[in-house]
Amino acid sequence: MNAIRRGLGSALVQAFLVVIGLVWLTPLAGLFLSSLRSAQDTAKGGWWTALASPGQLSFDNYAALLKNAGITQAFWNTVLISVPATTLVVVIAALAGYAFAWLDFPLREPLFLLVVALLVVPVQIGLLPVAKLFGALGLFGTIPGVVLFHVAYGLPFAVFLLRNYFADIPKEMLEAARMDGGSEWRIFTRLVLPVGRPAIASLAIFQFLWVWNDMLVALLFADSSAQPLTVQLQSQIRQFGSNIDVLAPGAFLSLIVPVVVFFAFQRHFVQGVMAGSVK
Amino acid sequence: MTATTALKQQAGPQPAAGPAPTRRGRRRGRTVALLFVFPALLLLGALVVYPVLFSVGRSFFDASGTRFVGGDNYTEMFRDPATLKAIRNTTIWVVVAPALLTGLGLILAVLVEKVRWATAFKLLLFMPMAVSFLAAGIIFRLAYDEDPDKGVLNAAVVSVHDAFEGTSTYPTARGRTGLLTQDPDGSYRTTAHPGGPVTLPMVGVLPKDLPAQARPAAPAPHTTGPGELRGVVYLDFTPGGGGKQGRVDPKESGLPGMKVEAVRDGKTVASTTTAADGSFRFTGLHDGSYTVKLPKSNFAPPYQGVSWLGPTLVTPAIIGAYLWIWTGFAMVLIGAGLSTLPRDALEAARMDGANEWQIFRRITVPLLAPVLTVVFVTLVINVMKVFDLVYIIAPGPVQEDATVLATQMWLVSFGGGNDQGLGSALGVLLLLLVIPAMVFNVRRFRNSQR
Repeated sequence: MNAIRRGLGSALVQAFLVVIGLVWLTPLAGLFLSSLRSAQDTAKGGWWTALASPGQLSFDNYAALLKNAGITQAFWNTVLISVPATTLVVVIAALAGYAFAWLDFPLREPLFLLVVALLVVPVQIGLLPVAKLFGALGLFGTIPGVVLFHVAYGLPFAVFLLRNYFADIPKEMLEAARMDGGSEWRIFTRLVLPVGRPAIASLAIFQFLWVWNDMLVALLFADSSAQPLTVQLQSQIRQFGSNIDVLAPGAFLSLIVPVVVFFAFQRHFVQGVMAGSVK
Repeated sequence: MTATTALKQQAGPQPAAGPAPTRRGRRRGRTVALLFVFPALLLLGALVVYPVLFSVGRSFFDASGTRFVGGDNYTEMFRDPATLKAIRNTTIWVVVAPALLTGLGLILAVLVEKVRWATAFKLLLFMPMAVSFLAAGIIFRLAYDEDPDKGVLNAAVVSVHDAFEGTSTYPTARGRTGLLTQDPDGSYRTTAHPGGPVTLPMVGVLPKDLPAQARPAAPAPHTTGPGELRGVVYLDFTPGGGGKQGRVDPKESGLPGMKVEAVRDGKTVASTTTAADGSFRFTGLHDGSYTVKLPKSNFAPPYQGVSWLGPTLVTPAIIGAYLWIWTGFAMVLIGAGLSTLPRDALEAARMDGANEWQIFRRITVPLLAPVLTVVFVTLVINVMKVFDLVYIIAPGPVQEDATVLATQMWLVSFGGGNDQGLGSALGVLLLLLVIPAMVFNVRRFRNSQR
């Protein structure tokens, strides 16, 4: 009797989770199928009608997307923003994280507490003042401007994460390296960076994701020639219905890169997002 | 030894350890250290700390930044209907979303442990965390489309509704004017004379919209037995022309499936549904005259589903999209906490005969409380800053109904409002809202260093 009840319970749990899974999958499937249909078909009926008449589906929208200069430019801009913004954050934060963990300098403790405090500062508060500053420096509207903003607002979390990770390196390892007469730079590149690889990987993935998916910062700081994909697509959203043959494949193009990264680096990805969620 | 030096020793071992450094060596060490931290401190100082101070100062000046206005921007914030709306909506977000997410995450984390494909399920639910708010916004603009033929959500809602409520058969039908009387609520009626047949002529149904089972109508027979009332509901239109209004001509179709009621003294005493040829028959009526009524449900317009992105539902709809993105996060984080629970306690409870619900209520939830708090707090911080999703999903006309602090700050400062004083004040308000989280982080860090 009990076994039957347990079996029934487990079947119910399975059924419930299957339903939830389908609910989670449906929106993505809807976007993908919509991206394969013409705007006229979409105006006539939902994407599920394509399941009955697969003739509607084709890669024409994607072919058109590749010929769309605005979109391809925006895709490259996204890469040109995300890659340097990720690299710079990792390099700068690794240097600072090492110094905060193992080197002595004035005000080390209060400065690090400041970094911890800055973790949750919303980017919104920086928009206006930094826009003025960049305007004066000639950086407003440019890709380097967008990159610098992302680096600055990525740093508190990055420094926090790496300093904590580096601080756990056994003291004996570092002392041995110092005894051997290694310079701090040598210790940093030969010992700290290799040991810190897992944390650096998580950080890099989190930061890449954050910048790749950003719209707000680029909306303000990038002019039309520096626009990433998110901003380019956002500008077409007003005519949602008639632009759906650009918006749906464009959105799919913009999400496929992070999703591939997600599946390729699951563990680092989850750890990075978990750690970075304090942001 | 003072507390600070103790903290220092814990926080990072002294570089002085090892061979005693000379004074010159130490100074060189400091220079190196400053070179290491300099890039980070420069960027943080110039692009984060300075802007915070600037915004705080700027929030005390007027739109153009020339006149000092004291706290006017802050009082304006609670007077202006648009910013007030943003504050209200952000409050809704903060009250609803983190609690829902934590609850859903907890339930799923507990349930998923019971199936063998837990990993696949977790991956699927976590995946939306990789998707940009923009892409998620486009996904949900599609899903929330009001037209049930286009938006998947309304398609589902309408089919569920129609399965339970049934569809009205003749949304376009009207009674023949002069022969039937229309009530204010949209139903039609006529008076049935004792013994005589009742004819209810209708127009406004296209022949192609007739139900498949419809048969040509026949004039209702005159002869009625005791307590019997017969009649016919038909389409008073002869294909190809001819025929007389108000009379059942040959080739005119009956209207099957029409609900008919017999009413006496304002009370419905009997009801039935017409047959394939449009005929109907009441039995067991008392003598006297009746009103025969075609209730409005016959003519109700088809159910169109829910206006997800209309002014009233737009915020819940966007919160729904947010749930799609963040549930996996809550589930995985809570799941990680779950895996650290002592197995013995759970096993012991099971041995004592506790059922799963009791174990969940009395053991799992209390033990998980710290993890649940972290998830909840994290979500509150994130929800307060939500921007992209609202900006993308809310269509232009309902943008102001959906507005939250972050979008309002954007609109006021850059999106046409051009009031950078008020915009800065909104930015400062956002900062003030996350200050408890800031204090929490700093405290937690200092404690972890003790």
